[in-house]
Amino acid sequence: MTATADHAKTARPVPPTTTGAARKGGRPGRRKSGPGGRALTVFTWAVALVFISPVLWMVLTAFKQEGDAYTDPPKVLFTPTLEQFGAVLGGDFLPYVGNSAIATLFSTALVLLLGVPAAYALSIAPVRRTKDVLFFFISTKMLPVVAVIVPLYVAAGRIRMLDNIWTLVLLYTAMNLPIAVWMLRSFFLEVPTGIIEAARLEGASLSRVLWSVMLPVMAPGIAATALICMIFSWNEFFFALNLTAAKAATVPVFMTGFITSEGLYWAQLSAAATVVSLPIVIVGWVAQRQLVRGLSMGAVK
Amino acid sequence: MSTLNTAAPTRAARSGDWARRAPLLPALIFTVLLTQLPFLATIWYSLGSWNLLRPGSQQFNGLANYVAVFTDTQFLKAALNTVVITAGCVLVSMALGIGFALLLDRKFLGRGVVRTMLITPFLILPVATALLWKTTMLDPVFGLVGFALSPFGLGEVDWATQFPVASIVAALVWQWTPFMMLLVLAGLQSQGHDVLEAGQVDGAGAWQMFSFVTLPHLRRYIELGVLLGSIYVVNTFDTIYMMTQGGPGTASANLPFTIYQRAFLGFDIGQSAAMGVVVVIGTIIVAMLALRLIFRTFLSSQEQKS
Repeated sequence: MTATADHAKTARPVPPTTTGAARKGGRPGRRKSGPGGRALTVFTWAVALVFISPVLWMVLTAFKQEGDAYTDPPKVLFTPTLEQFGAVLGGDFLPYVGNSAIATLFSTALVLLLGVPAAYALSIAPVRRTKDVLFFFISTKMLPVVAVIVPLYVAAGRIRMLDNIWTLVLLYTAMNLPIAVWMLRSFFLEVPTGIIEAARLEGASLSRVLWSVMLPVMAPGIAATALICMIFSWNEFFFALNLTAAKAATVPVFMTGFITSEGLYWAQLSAAATVVSLPIVIVGWVAQRQLVRGLSMGAVK
Repeated sequence: MSTLNTAAPTRAARSGDWARRAPLLPALIFTVLLTQLPFLATIWYSLGSWNLLRPGSQQFNGLANYVAVFTDTQFLKAALNTVVITAGCVLVSMALGIGFALLLDRKFLGRGVVRTMLITPFLILPVATALLWKTTMLDPVFGLVGFALSPFGLGEVDWATQFPVASIVAALVWQWTPFMMLLVLAGLQSQGHDVLEAGQVDGAGAWQMFSFVTLPHLRRYIELGVLLGSIYVVNTFDTIYMMTQGGPGTASANLPFTIYQRAFLGFDIGQSAAMGVVVVIGTIIVAMLALRLIFRTFLSSQEQKS
């Protein structure tokens, strides 16, 4: 939490403003407050509440008995129960969570292991044809996954890697690496070059520059990149659906169990949806200042 | 920064070159192995006929799959659905995103909380989003949307069956609006303070300020959002799989879902590969535009710094 928050404060080029309001990313209000401003505030809150109502409804329904979930008009007042959460967590749910956790954490670690040096080579000590390499990385992100799924399926079958969680780890790494390289590069470019040159002049080797000088400065950016990668890996469905079965299936695959039984299990579905979304909602809230940067691959801060 | 190393191509410099390239290579090789090789294999598969269920049925048949694909009404319908779903989702969520961003671009009580609320739909597991929209939101009898619309006589509509594409677009718009909002908000907050003040001094009204000052400034961010959004949404699979399974019939199947069906339910590797190649070519055209834009935005933001 503090890592990303600190970063937002230090790395964001704060424009000189007359008030201190820029600290939180805002500027002095353009519209004058008063009755009009207050009405606009109420309107904004109303819009936000309507927009987020499916989420509120999901959480509410998660605490219902199934009978209370099927009422016309919809019930807002009811006796809350933890029964649905118990049913979700008590079933065969935990192995899916374990698989998702492995796929998310290990692929993110692997992305950083490969991506940090690559981003370094593309920013601090730019190699020749840097632009071409960047172009290549990002172009792979635009390759539709449906165009590669068949060979991946066939290849994984041949080397007996179907229904194996490490297959997903590798694929999620490939999926997130381009985003990470771009994002990390945009952070590296913000590092003052003076400190690198100073370290080099004192005879520090390349790896020493990387580890002792760059990494501490880069830590917030690396954390932000990791959070973005986690969001994408946790939510990934297509590879998980097609390349796993009973053993290595992840949380999104678990959710498909509710397709056929819908009509009977809304409360339980809501409880499951709440539980599986919670980790990413928290990660996203923590990283919200970095979200836009990750989603635009470093192009927008 | 770029002039750090302008050494002559001596042997030392050349080995330095390799030392500098080395950190890049693992990532590069990994990416080539896991993305380019499979795609080459897809091209190869697309030139043959192969049914997964019959080992040894692999056979070269040239461009026959491509001919079949382009005369396949299901493929053409799926292509049309892909365009409708992508364009519908991107345009509506961009319009909403601009609205939300404008609401957020002022100081008010609880701004941080509202902002956090508005980004949340993007963070809900997409698979869960699709299921919840299909059931608790759009169900004809017990759904929240039907309840909200019942004063208008739209209470008992079976949205997911009668309007499957619109239902999918609705769920996708809900999911992607925060993305657009964040991009536009970043654009609004990068707007020069002096320009706005100058406009106010000149006596421009709120609407004039928006259309002549803010909107032109936002153009880059809006373009970026539309193009990046398109690239993500074109690949939509989970929402369709969870909400309609492409149905009723194939009424709401897009290209990724159709390819999935051909490959994993029909086991027709050749045709699904050919469809994949066609999708890639289509994507490349959009992607080229996006890439140029990202480069422009990215490079100009670097220039501003130095």
